[in-house]
Amino acid sequence: MTAYFQDVSVLARKDLLLELRSRDTVPSMLLFVVGALVVFHFALPDSAGDDAARGLLWIAILFTALLGLGRVYAAERERGLLDGLLLAPCDRSAIWLAKTMSVIAFLLLMEAIALPAFALFFAPVTGAMVAAVILANIGIAAVGALLSAIALSSRTGDLILPLLFLPLAIPIVIGGVGASIVDDPARFLWFLGLYDGIFAIISWASFEYVVTE
Amino acid sequence: MSLRNRSGPALAVCAFALLLGGIALVFWWAPTDADQGFSQKIFYIHVPVALTAYACFAWGAWKALRLLWTGNERHDLESYTAIHMGTIFGVLTLVTGAIWARISWGVWWSWGERQLVVFLILFLFYSAYFMLRYSIDPGPRRARTSAVYALFGVVLIPISFLAIRILGTLLHPAVFTRDGVGMTGSMFVTFLVVLAGMLCLGFALYHTELAGKRLDARLRELRRALA
Repeated sequence: MTAYFQDVSVLARKDLLLELRSRDTVPSMLLFVVGALVVFHFALPDSAGDDAARGLLWIAILFTALLGLGRVYAAERERGLLDGLLLAPCDRSAIWLAKTMSVIAFLLLMEAIALPAFALFFAPVTGAMVAAVILANIGIAAVGALLSAIALSSRTGDLILPLLFLPLAIPIVIGGVGASIVDDPARFLWFLGLYDGIFAIISWASFEYVVTE
Repeated sequence: MSLRNRSGPALAVCAFALLLGGIALVFWWAPTDADQGFSQKIFYIHVPVALTAYACFAWGAWKALRLLWTGNERHDLESYTAIHMGTIFGVLTLVTGAIWARISWGVWWSWGERQLVVFLILFLFYSAYFMLRYSIDPGPRRARTSAVYALFGVVLIPISFLAIRILGTLLHPAVFTRDGVGMTGSMFVTFLVVLAGMLCLGFALYHTELAGKRLDARLRELRRALA
């Protein structure tokens, strides 16, 4: 069991190190989320309340996450390293878990900018919103790391990922927006936790099937 | 694997008889609803169609699970065909639901109607399934990838249901509640007859489509052998 987590941590460290050296993904995500928030300001009429802005924050987070998810296997694809990665002497699901963790790290970095920017531009950020964002990250990363692997086998490549991801992300948006706007967010946070648990388990269990030739 | 389709015709005859009988019951036997009047009769079509769609999706996911479990590629075509049928019944659910909403509430679409919102999410999801399937070259990898995505779908059904439920708007008439069935005996019997007919129809179509697809695949193999 510890060997499994050692594999995961080595693989995750590799992804983070690659990002640290190339700085391809996270800066683009940061710029995109701030740009999206600015665009949303002009899309919202002045009479729209804070709740509408909170809803749009979730759209910004989701689309920025999609931007990052499109790059999850970019390094492997561009240099043809996927076969090498799959031949690594570790359980295949460790690759999925490592990718999920690096995506969570990227999302947290993005939100560390997005939430203060949202508070500055639109409306105060509540504790429930932060909790919902953290829970949603797990679901987005778990499902996203699997769907990115699925998209690898598709001829259309990056085009298919948003199509696969959006229907599965609808419950995340319902839970996230609900937790952000109601007075009693507990049931929405529970729901997000449930979503994370269920989809993490099936993504973890099915990763092997989508990457094997 | 036999190419002859034995259960298809039998199911088709059952479906024809049950649906004909069911429609007769709907119009001449089941009482007219006190609240909604004649328009409530679409309930006997709408709900069985929706349940048949769920049955097809569940069958498709079961076959997907079998594929991942056994690795037998026969299940790939079965899973795909079941989801194909489910999507057709899903579209019918959306159409009949929209007609019912128009007559009952005066709008073609209402976000308060949970079942229909779930079906819209499922429609998006399974449309993406077809996009995915057609963008991968045929082979074991396509079979496994489609199967994994089909399994996600069957998990998405209860999750979306729960999500819409905790969102909590109550416009959809809840006929089946925890207190039992809000229907009189004759209404319930009529409903069950149409439901049985619709399930037979769904599976008859499934068998026919499957036989056609197998024949296609066999023909392609023969052509390749000749060339």
